[in-house]
Amino acid sequence: MSTRRRRLLGWLERHPEAQAWALLGPGTIWMVVFFVIPVLIMCAYSLMPRGTYGGVEVGFTLEAYQRFFNPVYLIILERTFVAALLCTALCVLLGYPVAYVIARSGRWKNVLLFLVVLPFWTSFLVRTFALIFLMRDTGLINSWLLKLGLVREPITMLYTSFAVLTGLVYGFLPFMILPIYASLEKLDPALLEAAEILGAKPAARFRRITLPLSRPGLVAGCLLVFIPALGSFLTSDLLGGAKELLIGNLVQNQFTTARNWPFGSAASTVVMVLVLGAVLIYLRVRDRETVGVI
Amino acid sequence: MGARLPRWLLAFTAAVLALLHLPLVVLVAFSFNASKFSVEWTAFTLNWYRRLAERRDILRALRGSLIVGGSATLLSVALGTLIALALARHRFRGRTIYEAMLYAPIVTPEIVVGISMLILLVLVHVPLGLATITIAHVAFSVPFVAVVVLARLSGMDEHLEEAAMTLGADEIAAFWKITVPLLWPGILAGALLAFIMSFDDYVITSFVAGSGSSTLPLVIYGMVRRNIEPSINAISTLILVATVVLLYLSDRMSRRAATVDE
Repeated sequence: MSTRRRRLLGWLERHPEAQAWALLGPGTIWMVVFFVIPVLIMCAYSLMPRGTYGGVEVGFTLEAYQRFFNPVYLIILERTFVAALLCTALCVLLGYPVAYVIARSGRWKNVLLFLVVLPFWTSFLVRTFALIFLMRDTGLINSWLLKLGLVREPITMLYTSFAVLTGLVYGFLPFMILPIYASLEKLDPALLEAAEILGAKPAARFRRITLPLSRPGLVAGCLLVFIPALGSFLTSDLLGGAKELLIGNLVQNQFTTARNWPFGSAASTVVMVLVLGAVLIYLRVRDRETVGVI
Repeated sequence: MGARLPRWLLAFTAAVLALLHLPLVVLVAFSFNASKFSVEWTAFTLNWYRRLAERRDILRALRGSLIVGGSATLLSVALGTLIALALARHRFRGRTIYEAMLYAPIVTPEIVVGISMLILLVLVHVPLGLATITIAHVAFSVPFVAVVVLARLSGMDEHLEEAAMTLGADEIAAFWKITVPLLWPGILAGALLAFIMSFDDYVITSFVAGSGSSTLPLVIYGMVRRNIEPSINAISTLILVATVVLLYLSDRMSRRAATVDE
């Protein structure tokens, strides 16, 4: 072993904090340079005057935020919020029963889990296209409806808010099922048996034992669905029409066609603040719950 | 488990799982359909796959995706694993803030990551291309790798390394001979996640790709936008098959690693 290597290791031995930072260093530098700093610059850009050909000029102005917080754009914000909330609610309704069944499915558990996880691993773009293929006017659903004589003309599904909502639910449902499953899995069946012996009906057992004990998973699932839905771009871009723009599309538009970087940065900063807000609320709820259980 | 599940609940679950998979099954089936415009089944064909192989832009994009995915995976696995080791084994000041910073990229919407990266690159006049795509992909993959590896590390016995060092190995030898082999399943899972996220990313890539470089998602997005012919079904099918094969291989590799450490 070379003396230099031994000396370095000896020095690290005496300085445990330096040891930690030697490990953290490379990754931290990368994340600071390519994530933290860019986000800070973006926030700064949202407070600067607009450049003529994209970009910004030096100066300070609240113009971008004033523009964002007027009815034309607040409608987009509201629409995004409603879509994310509806998506979360639908995912709960569809996902909870599935998670419940998987948690109590015995030897089928792994197969069912695999079926839930598989879409999560497959390309989001491909999955979105699969929906287009089914939902467009000349798509499979309409062609079957026409053939069966159920409708005379194709139903317009694509480029509507219905399509966007379907896309969001389809895209994020696994994020709801998995955490709920994880907390239902830990539920001690003895609790339910005890309740049964004491005369509780199935509905009461569910409402008073299963549901409260699965709340941590339910709350985590809601966060994991709500956050990506709030910042989603691709779903509304491909499945929605011009009237179903979400805030993600507004941001993208300002950087591509409209070339108003400060305004795009402001909208993007608002999305980020909303997401962080959702995370903070989640952490609050989670901490209170853990304290409550103990 | 005691109580039997009510039949309606089983039917509901089956329906939801079917809805998750049916669109993909349909997509794959129609990649073999001869008719170009209608969804009527006419005849079996491999025409759309042949059409893909003729397209230069797709082959070029595939090459771009593999270069970016491969290098982004290697880099983010290296950086992420080191971070996980520091978090699992060391105490240091500012740890809470550090963890918050680590989770931030995971919750930040892709669109925000994409435009802020674009702003930085334009500000410092870096030409856009495969290199900038790779840089961006590493930035969003590192936290995921760190979290996955950390999960594996927290179940691991630190004393094994101490034992190796008592037997004469220095820290570096103990790291390569003991820590890395034991961590292997975690590293593999992190690498799989990083690669698939990179291979699938459209939103961030679209901002930092520039006009000269391209990856598969960029080309597929263009095809979906123009809504042309079943070639999209064919390329989607190939991507689905590749994903399943990759999942299968990594599962086998990590199973083997798991049996080795027993």
